[in-house]
Amino acid sequence: MSERAAAPPDRTGQAVRRRMSPAAVAGWAAVAVAGGLGWSMLALARGEEISAAWMVAAALGTYAIAYRFYSRFIATRVLRVDKHRATPAERLDNGVDFHPTDRRVLFGHHFAAVAGAGPLVGPVLAAQMGYLPGTIWIIVGVIFAGAVQDMVTLFFSTRRNGRSLGQMARDEIGPFGGAAALVAVFAIMIILLAVLALVIVNALAHSPWGVFSIGMTIPIAFFMGFYLRILRPGRVTEVSVIGVLLLLLAIVAGGWVAESSWADTFTLSPGALVLWMVAYGFVASVLPVWMLLAPRDYLSTFMKVGTIVLLAIGVLVAMPTLKMPAVTDFAARGDGPVFAGSLFPFVFVTIACGALSGFHSLVASGTTPKMIQKETQVRMVGYGAMLTESFVAVMAMIAACIIDPGLFFAINSPSGMIGSTVEAASAAVADFGFTISPQELAAAAAAVEEESLLSRTGGAPTFALGMSEIFSAVVGGSAMKAFWYHFAIMFEALFILTTLDAGTRVGRFMLQDTLGNLYKPFRQVSWAPGVWFTSAVVVGAWGYFLWVGVHDPLGGINQLFPLFGIANQLLAAVALAVCTTLLVKSGRLKWAWVTGVPLAWDVAVTLTASWQKIFSGNPRVGFFTQRQVYQDGINAGQLIPPAKDMGEMRTIVTNSTVDGVLAALFAVLIIVVILDAGRVCYRAIRHPEQVRLHEAPFEQSRIVAPAGLFATAEEKAELAAAEAAARSAGSGPGSGAAEGPGDERPEPVGRRT
Amino acid sequence: MRRTARLRALAARARWFWREATGEAAYDRYVEHARRQAPGVAVLSRREFERRRTDAREADPREGFRCC
Repeated sequence: MSERAAAPPDRTGQAVRRRMSPAAVAGWAAVAVAGGLGWSMLALARGEEISAAWMVAAALGTYAIAYRFYSRFIATRVLRVDKHRATPAERLDNGVDFHPTDRRVLFGHHFAAVAGAGPLVGPVLAAQMGYLPGTIWIIVGVIFAGAVQDMVTLFFSTRRNGRSLGQMARDEIGPFGGAAALVAVFAIMIILLAVLALVIVNALAHSPWGVFSIGMTIPIAFFMGFYLRILRPGRVTEVSVIGVLLLLLAIVAGGWVAESSWADTFTLSPGALVLWMVAYGFVASVLPVWMLLAPRDYLSTFMKVGTIVLLAIGVLVAMPTLKMPAVTDFAARGDGPVFAGSLFPFVFVTIACGALSGFHSLVASGTTPKMIQKETQVRMVGYGAMLTESFVAVMAMIAACIIDPGLFFAINSPSGMIGSTVEAASAAVADFGFTISPQELAAAAAAVEEESLLSRTGGAPTFALGMSEIFSAVVGGSAMKAFWYHFAIMFEALFILTTLDAGTRVGRFMLQDTLGNLYKPFRQVSWAPGVWFTSAVVVGAWGYFLWVGVHDPLGGINQLFPLFGIANQLLAAVALAVCTTLLVKSGRLKWAWVTGVPLAWDVAVTLTASWQKIFSGNPRVGFFTQRQVYQDGINAGQLIPPAKDMGEMRTIVTNSTVDGVLAALFAVLIIVVILDAGRVCYRAIRHPEQVRLHEAPFEQSRIVAPAGLFATAEEKAELAAAEAAARSAGSGPGSGAAEGPGDERPEPVGRRT
Repeated sequence: MRRTARLRALAARARWFWREATGEAAYDRYVEHARRQAPGVAVLSRREFERRRTDAREADPREGFRCC
């Protein structure tokens, strides 16, 4: 059935266009000027340090304009969201997973689900090209690509009873594209988990403080799980308060441990940490959810949202200055130590999640569409939450750019490039064109009570350093620096470990589902051998890449992060291809550019990056050239630095081969999905009468609820009318009490009669 | 007098939002829903309900998955 037939345009009350009042015009003009001023300061500042306030102004001003105008245009003109159409939450309400949820609550849920370590890591690495290229993409990318993808996926999934991205790909594109999408999701999951784990290993290696406090999160989570299961089921608030207090205690205690005789016990090498992580990942994913995952999830969500709010306040209060140049020489030359390759395409691939994240399409087509109250709210929840995530990425960029550039490069360059002493690092950084003395390097490490900060790649330590700089400027001064540094490390490690557990489970679930085709019992989640086997496979797969990343003489982040970015952007391409196909199939060819243009851009970026990773003749960029160089070295019996022996030479050859094959696999998958989607679109344009859409039939909505954060005058009148109608109909069933006690609700949701 | 009433309303609002956001309100919502659907039938105890809710994630871990 067709969406045009289901929802005649005259029923969408949104289509009525009104002139803006002079006051509104003046207000929006002021916002535009503020944003424009921010951009001009960012772009025109040369040689002098400017305040981070300009970056905040540019970001917030642009977001406001984009949300007000572009997202509204997409909602009303392109998607034609229909406030009269009941959402799955209303139609299939079962009080548990399907239930109409207040838009502000759902915004919080959705934001907590999409925000993660990605937007904190990517921008930090991208800062090697200066703050400007990354910031432009974070802001422009989100308004035209990332937020659009999230919102449109959420809308189409809502129209399909909350079907997942994979299912939509299968239904609407075909089994071939669907299978490619499924393989893509699995491969991406593995790389994602390996890279995130690598970030944590690099942050915790040789850091007894960090290892102790992260280790303590496990008993804390066990205690919380026990509390919620046995002592007081469902009392999330009280257990979380206890949990957060224990967590803060664990951070403080980490400082004591680091200075005690226990320090050696908790000082772990990267290799040892890998084994611990793999063991943790396996055990955590086979233990019941209530023991570890569920309580960890509460803990990490509280910490995540709390810290992000604190960071926003900190940035606004401290208003630090940006020390990194606007654009560094690495942008044009493409020989930066953090990641190799030139600005296009690698800045876009590196930033990934902060601007456009394929993974969000999994959330936008999973839990959220089953809870959304009104179709009109996809704008606030989908577009709005992604803008917020982008702001998190901007804050990460600020955190990376307020620390001394010399220190930034000393932290983020692999040890193969800068050596392992402060003297060597200082000299290497001078070669990059920045200055930092060995004494300053040692002092920076001492200030946060770490042994060394050299080659702490992966972004987390840099971010933690910037954050401790910001926080200590607001609370506690330099005496608190070490505490805030480890607070930040703990905060990132906490939710990365949660992702490791949850991601392993998702990977296992997909594997079980696939193996179930060969041998039925695999599908049963209660069949222990199946669970153990598939868990071991998934953990083994990301564990392999983690191990490789830690032992790669060329530097794991350097090698693996581009793959992670490519994989993430590939998933975004799948989501945007599904969205574009659906726009075309539902007769919105005229508007297909809304997702089609970001899709084209994303495919250009991803395929260029893949092409360079596979075929580039520069051994620092192209995996196979790299392989060739080191293989020739082995054949000639010649050592090529940074390899220190023949074993390392062979490691590089193996790693480059695996990475290159993976890059090729990703490129092939993306091409398959695009071609298949193109075929379906072509058919839909040629034979519109044969189009079959899989959307749920129209049903009249009885819920009245505002679309945006604040109810408009018109919506207030509708709410009042609905409430009056409900009152006159008596306080019987359906009187709007579906989501809790009406007198406690800010704007009670009335029901139409 | 009016001030305290307004403060109380604000606190109630905040509490409502918090309970909804953390999922503490899930049980109340379920009871409400169950009573409305089938008034005579006994509802699950909170313990039992929370158990099932957590264990449901075991069956399909994609529910409630968080991003990178």
